[in-house]
Amino acid sequence: MDASVDKASLRIVAPPVELEREPLVLKKRSLAWISDAVAGIAEGKTPTWWWAAFFPSVLLMLMCFSMIGYLISTGVGVWGLNHPIGWAWDITNFVFWIGIGHAGTLISAILFLLRQKWRTSINRAAEAMTLFAVACAGIFPLIHVGRIWLAWWLFPLPNANGIWPQFRSPLLWDVFAVSTYATVSLLFWYVGLIPDLATMRDRAKTAVRKFCYGLFALGWTGSNRHWSNYEKAYLLLAGLSTPLVLSVHSIVSFDFAVSQVPGWHTTIFPPYFVAGAIFSGFGMVLTLMIPLRTLCKLEDLITIRHIELMAKVILATGSMVGYAYGMEFFIAWYGGNPYELYAFKNRAFGPYWWAYWIMLSCNVISPQFFWFKKIRTNIVLVFILSIFVNIGMWFERFVIIVTSLHRDYLPSNWGYFKPTYVDILTFVGSFGLFMTLFLLFMRFLPVIAISEVKGVTPQADPHHPLGGAKGGHH
Amino acid sequence: MSSNVSSSRPYAILAEFDTPADTMHAAEIVRDAGFKKWDVHTPFPVHGMDQAMGLKGSIVGYFTFAGGLTGVTLGMTMIWWMNQFDYAIVVGGKPLFSPLSAFPVSYELTILLGAFGTLFGMFSLNRLPRLHHPLLKHPRFRAATHDKFYVVIECADIKYSTAETKALLEKAGGKHIEFVEE
Repeated sequence: MDASVDKASLRIVAPPVELEREPLVLKKRSLAWISDAVAGIAEGKTPTWWWAAFFPSVLLMLMCFSMIGYLISTGVGVWGLNHPIGWAWDITNFVFWIGIGHAGTLISAILFLLRQKWRTSINRAAEAMTLFAVACAGIFPLIHVGRIWLAWWLFPLPNANGIWPQFRSPLLWDVFAVSTYATVSLLFWYVGLIPDLATMRDRAKTAVRKFCYGLFALGWTGSNRHWSNYEKAYLLLAGLSTPLVLSVHSIVSFDFAVSQVPGWHTTIFPPYFVAGAIFSGFGMVLTLMIPLRTLCKLEDLITIRHIELMAKVILATGSMVGYAYGMEFFIAWYGGNPYELYAFKNRAFGPYWWAYWIMLSCNVISPQFFWFKKIRTNIVLVFILSIFVNIGMWFERFVIIVTSLHRDYLPSNWGYFKPTYVDILTFVGSFGLFMTLFLLFMRFLPVIAISEVKGVTPQADPHHPLGGAKGGHH
Repeated sequence: MSSNVSSSRPYAILAEFDTPADTMHAAEIVRDAGFKKWDVHTPFPVHGMDQAMGLKGSIVGYFTFAGGLTGVTLGMTMIWWMNQFDYAIVVGGKPLFSPLSAFPVSYELTILLGAFGTLFGMFSLNRLPRLHHPLLKHPRFRAATHDKFYVVIECADIKYSTAETKALLEKAGGKHIEFVEE
C-alpha cells in the first residue's frame, strides 16, 4: 500500500442498516461449512427422492430415443408436418431448448462481467442446465433433416461429390453457432469445475472417487500462481461467452428473419429472440432451483434474495418480450405490407388463436406478477409462475413457426398442423433426457461453485475483520 | 509419504494459515525476503494476493488473441476458398463470397478458437495437467481446497536454508510448519 496515503482517511464507514445488503450466504456460515454442504450432496447416500425422480426420467429418455429410432428407420412421415408446414414441433423444440440454455450463459458470463456476486450460488447448476438443454436442442435439427446419416454434409468436410456447404445460408450459420455454443459452454463449465473437482478429490474417501475426481481436477493445488492465470482465463471466457450467447439466438432468429415469409421477415427478431431466450431460461432455472434448494438443503446458499433477483430478471425480460409482441403488430400495420398484416391478424384471430393467447397470457401477463415483492419472495408462487413461463415460451416458438407457415399465399396452399403421437412423445421424452442428465450431475458433481461462493463471503476478504484483517493493516 | 525419509530430500517447507489476511501478510514477508520458488495455496482466489506475492499480470490474453485471430482468418479463408474458389455455385444470384454472409460463421470460429486458446493457454502457463505433485501427498495439504491457507517455499530456492526459512515462516505467523517430501 502507498505509505503516503493517510490510513485514517481510508477507513470506510459502515452503511446505515437500511442500506445494508442481505448477505449472500446466510447464518454467517464458515468456509468449511460451504464445502461440506455442497460436496456432501454428491458424497452422501443416494436419497430416495433422487431414485424417484431418476427412474421416470430414464424411462422418458428411453421413450425419446425409441421414437427417434422409429423416425430414423421409417422417415419423417411419422411426424405430423407436411406441406405447407415444413417446420413444426421439431424446430419449435429446438428453439425452445436452445433458448433455455441462454440463462445459464447469462448467469455465468454476463452477470460475471457485471460483477453480480449473487451469481456464484446458481451459476454451476445453471451452466449444467445450459449444456443439457443444448444437448436436447441439438437432437431436433439433426433428426429433422430426414436422412440423418447425411447430416455430416452440414460440416465443411470433403465428400465424394466435391461440393462444399453453402455458407450464405443462415441454416449453416446456425450449425456453427450452436456447435460453438455447446463447445464453449462446456469449456467454461469445466474451467469453473476444476477447483471444485480438486475439493472433491481431497475429500474423497474411496480410491475410485479419488482417482476419478483427481483425473479431472488435473492436479489442481489452489496455487496462487495458478489462480492468477485461472482468473484471467475465466474472465476472458466470460468475455467470449457474452458476445457468443447474444449471437447464438440472433443467428437462430436469422433462420426465420433472413427468409421472405410474412411473420418471419422482421428486423426485430434478433433482440426479441435473445430477450425471450433469457426469459425462458430463467424460467427453467427457477423451476429447477426451487426444488433443488429444498431437497438438497441449500437454503443458506440459494437464498430468497437469489430467487427474488431471478424473478426480477424474468419481469424485465418478460416485459421486453411483451414489447416485442406489440411492436411486431405495430410494424405489421405501419409497414403497409398486406401479407405481413394478414399474417399477424391470422396469428391472433386465425385457426391458431388459442396458441397465440396461451403464449400471450403466459409470457406477458404472468411475469407482471413479479412487480410485487410478496409474490417474488413466495417460492411456491415463483415456482408456479416459472412453469407458466416455460409453457408460454414453447408456445411462442410454435406460434412463430406454425402460424407463419400454415397459410401460404394461395388458399390451395393452406393447411392445419396436428402433431402425431411420435411428435408428442419425442418432445415429452426430451424432458426425460434433460432431467436424467441433470440428476446425474446433481449426484456426482458439486451443484454449487464451492470456491466461488467461498470467494464472496466476508471470511474470504483479507480486508474484512472476518477475513482476519486487523485494524490499520492494509 | 512423509514417513519414508530414508533417501528423499524435502521438496518444500509448508506453513499453514487460518485467514486470508494472515496469509497475505506472510506472502508479503516472503516476497520481501527475496524468494523466487515459492507459492501460496488457497481454496479460492484471494483478492490482492498477486500484488502481495509480487506477481505480474497474467498473459493468458495473448493466447486468447492468437486463437481468435486464427479463428477469424480461418473462417474467412475457408468460406472464400470453398464457395468461390474450389467449387462455386450460384445461389439466388448472390455474390459467391461476401465478408457479410461469411461473417456469422467467422465470428463463431473467432470465439471458438479464442476459447480454446484461453483454455490451453491457461493450462500451459500453469503446467497443467499435472497428476503427481509432492504437495498432493502431504496429509495436511488436503485442507488447501477446503478452508486452510498455505505458504510453500521450495527447497530448491537459492535463498532457502532449513533453519532460517523455518524461522521466517514462524515469524510470519505460520502454524504447523512442516516439510514436504519429494
